[in-house]
Amino acid sequence: MTKDTDRITDLIWDAIEEVNALLPEDARIARREDAVLLGAAGGLDSFGLVNLVVALEQRIEDEFGVTLTLADEKAMSHRRSPFRSVQTLREYVAELLKQTSHA
Amino acid sequence: MLDRPVIMVTGASSGIGRDLAEHYARAKYQVVGCSRRAVTDVAGEYRHFQLDVTDEGAVKAMFSAVRKDYGRLDALLNNAGIASMNHVLTTPLSTVLDVLRTNVLGTFLFCREAAKLMRTRKHGRIVNFASVAVPLKLEGEAIYAASKAAVISLTEVLSRELADFGVTVNAIGPTPIRTALIAGVAEEKLNNLVARQAIRRFGEYRDVTNVTDFFLRPESDFVTGQILYLGGV
Repeated sequence: MTKDTDRITDLIWDAIEEVNALLPEDARIARREDAVLLGAAGGLDSFGLVNLVVALEQRIEDEFGVTLTLADEKAMSHRRSPFRSVQTLREYVAELLKQTSHA
Repeated sequence: MLDRPVIMVTGASSGIGRDLAEHYARAKYQVVGCSRRAVTDVAGEYRHFQLDVTDEGAVKAMFSAVRKDYGRLDALLNNAGIASMNHVLTTPLSTVLDVLRTNVLGTFLFCREAAKLMRTRKHGRIVNFASVAVPLKLEGEAIYAASKAAVISLTEVLSRELADFGVTVNAIGPTPIRTALIAGVAEEKLNNLVARQAIRRFGEYRDVTNVTDFFLRPESDFVTGQILYLGGV
């Protein structure tokens, strides 16, 4: 993994920790790469998802100095949502950061 | 960093906004104000950001500074607004856009960004500014009234969307108060408007702070989605 990818992963776990603290114990996200963040098989409800999106946006702004919108209509309408797992979310953030640096 | 509640007031350079900023600075809040004009002379713990409330980049930068420098936001008084008195047949589209952008888009933008900050402490108070122009269906104020109707709708829906985050969203509907907002309106029109109130007098700044104080009280955490009109309208 590249250095940026490690940084993004850390930010995602950090954001998940913040969200977990707001959720009842049985609704918390496990610290696993393939943990389901969003999907039919479990994951966050809309309250948890909104919190995760905002928590992560704030951390990305602090770490990379850029303002990203993670949950626009396009992202939410993806047939394969980028919010499925930590892994897919990391790839999505990396892609958005790449686009921002090329803008 | 002081351990005092942080309150944000939009449109803080004059009129109701200026009074709100001074009122809460006196009440030992840390006050963050913004307006298009610079403000330097509010006594107490006051910090000003000079910006246009419809400029998303500038607004987000301000909230980012509040998050980093204060670490909290307890209340937002979404006061910034503009009015336009004109018959529908002579209202230019540019005026319509200006009024909708400031009153609707600005209110939305501040609600959204404020809620992001408030959610981490599961506590927040948002007070939007409606107007008696909506229930009184004021002729000559079609766009202003429509913009405030949108603010009322936003307030009611956001109160539900933000309830889980511990954030209440209410609105105050002031009657005419002698500020720059109504300086260009004919005295006769204003008097006719006041005559339609249950209590027939002009509003005063203290009437507004009385209501915002109520919405901000810790005991008001079960009060949300309400539009409180002054003067018995």
